[in-house]
Amino acid sequence: MKFLEHPPRFLLFTGKGGVGKTSIACATAITLANSGLRVLLVSTDPASNVGQVFGITIGNRVTPVTAVTNLYALEIDPQAAAAEYRERIIGPVRGLLPESVLHTIEEQLSGACTTEIAAFDEFTSLLTDPALSVDYDHIVFDTAPTGHTIRMLQLPGAWSGFLEAAKGDASCLGPLAGLAKQRTQYKEAVNALADHLRTRMVLVSRPQQAALSEVARTCEELSAIGISQHYLVLNGILPEGEAAKDELARAIVMREQSALSAMPESLKALPTDQIALKPFNLVGLDALSALFNEPQAQLPALSKEPATFTAPPLSRLVDEIAADGHGLIMFMGKGGVGKTTLAAALAVELAHRGLPVHLSTSDPAAHLIETLSGRQENLTVSRIDPEAETERYRQEVVDSKGKGLDSEGLALLEEDLRSPCTEEIAVFKAFSRIIGDADRKFVVMDTAPTGHTLLLLDATGAYHREFTRQSGSSEEQKITPMMQLQNRKQTKVLIVTLAETTPVLEAANLQEDLRRASIEPWAWIINNSVAAAVTHSTLLRERAENELVEIKSVAHHYAARYAVVPLLKEEPVGEQRLRALTCSVPPPVAE
Amino acid sequence: MKGIQVFDPALCCSSGVCGTDVDQALVNFAADVDWAKQNGIIIERFNLAKEPLSFAENPVVKAFLADAGHEALPLILVDGKLILAGRYPNRSELARWAGHIPPEEKSCCSGKCCG
Repeated sequence: MKFLEHPPRFLLFTGKGGVGKTSIACATAITLANSGLRVLLVSTDPASNVGQVFGITIGNRVTPVTAVTNLYALEIDPQAAAAEYRERIIGPVRGLLPESVLHTIEEQLSGACTTEIAAFDEFTSLLTDPALSVDYDHIVFDTAPTGHTIRMLQLPGAWSGFLEAAKGDASCLGPLAGLAKQRTQYKEAVNALADHLRTRMVLVSRPQQAALSEVARTCEELSAIGISQHYLVLNGILPEGEAAKDELARAIVMREQSALSAMPESLKALPTDQIALKPFNLVGLDALSALFNEPQAQLPALSKEPATFTAPPLSRLVDEIAADGHGLIMFMGKGGVGKTTLAAALAVELAHRGLPVHLSTSDPAAHLIETLSGRQENLTVSRIDPEAETERYRQEVVDSKGKGLDSEGLALLEEDLRSPCTEEIAVFKAFSRIIGDADRKFVVMDTAPTGHTLLLLDATGAYHREFTRQSGSSEEQKITPMMQLQNRKQTKVLIVTLAETTPVLEAANLQEDLRRASIEPWAWIINNSVAAAVTHSTLLRERAENELVEIKSVAHHYAARYAVVPLLKEEPVGEQRLRALTCSVPPPVAE
Repeated sequence: MKGIQVFDPALCCSSGVCGTDVDQALVNFAADVDWAKQNGIIIERFNLAKEPLSFAENPVVKAFLADAGHEALPLILVDGKLILAGRYPNRSELARWAGHIPPEEKSCCSGKCCG
């Protein structure tokens, strides 16, 4: 592995949820410890399975990993860190201020930014305090702060306002008011991250086109703030040898290889390692120690027949949705889980059944949507360009709010506007223009705002005004988008996820977030499931086995109703293939 | 000179970026506060989401929140007395409350000796 050659003191792995950062960080820590170095492994994985991986209980204190000499581990739960830090602000006034006031404050401090900053705060001292890190040759983190967080910490304006004077204008850093540390310490942490003699940032991606473009964006973003010399790890590549045995495996190998050869130039220039998809679960010392090994030439034959598994098909959900005749259908989930494809498939099928449908997408690469335009008479299609909408919104804010601000204030405002919330708000604002149509027809959207954003918007009352103006309704009968989304007769939220640990956990967090806003997701869709597909590949069958655990947990713990969509040989582009997703019963798994 | 205290509602970003509309009142008020400070007026702002303790420790603000709720913010106190609620003041109000020369008039010595 190139990223393991002459490693500096700190190693950080960055990439989106479910790409294997924690497994790679564990394997890295084991490898370094086995070479006689003293290593501390720090995990902020919400699935927090490092303890499970080593068969010990770790938690929020440094614990020796008995099975590996020289290895120590520490688990930070970002949600718990965020909760602790909300408590620091709210605790002192509990019982002094009315409950409703406490709720408002709590919601302000419940966003994704808060969680990320709280987690970063937890490990800042490891990057900066020599007394804490002197015992270790290397500290391996299975996460890294985003560019947005780092830029915020770098802006003098973000601090001069309230952290040093404890008041003034605030921003996404507002939550920092509840943090214990001083500006100098954050500054030193950011310096340590930017120093490639001390820190190596390893980007981790799956060999998929969407994932790779996202990693390229991260790479550029980090370079722009002085964090460069990245390494790239491509994880979970299906070995070419599998292609000979199975049609599905062949299709996947081809798709992955073409994604890799079409990789953005900025990534091609990086020192890169490839890790093959493994036929075993990455739990336990032996499995992790073998992660960086070359794939075995000959895989053992299947130990047993796969468990029989009848996946509830998407068609069942479509029937229920169609029965309503109209309504707002929103697909929600992390990037890359297939929201746009599923939204398009549903829209096409509803239209095919003679129902009026409007499909709206924010997918920048929505070529599959464009091919649908004008094909069915009761299907209309519109596209929202998130970048353009966000840019327009930014400009609007900077033009009006920016006047009168000094350069520091302006820089801070502009950074506020680069937060993930801003894009979400800008896109939803554009979407809300068509929400009103849902009482006459189906409005299908491939995105939805988080509960947190909705609560904030609702609290400011901004949406009430927005909506009243657009729908032209009178004051007495005004219905806010929030009310419409909460109304289960009018709106169905479908959560899309993959049958893997971290994506399921992230989807469960999304669901919790929506529930805070009194929005109850109607169904879950598990997309790209190998378990629901037919395959003879040993590797893929092993993956299918692992999926069953996740599908079970969705079915029993999370979803009111659910469907499983099989991993397909070909991208479902065009009306026919899209319809095939929703109207056919998937083949039985065990043949 | 009298001190002015402004108790803001809980704002994620006091820039108001999170709203679908940019709140012009907030924009204007931010500029007015800057102006006031430059003219030597003592003015402080407290954000409910960040400094709830400042709200809870002030009996006037605490009672106001209990009766009217956070929806009725902002709240403006002058020398500890409730002066205005539910909207932000304008420049001449700020100047008047501070016992300061109104913005239109020229001060003889940049506000200090005549205040």
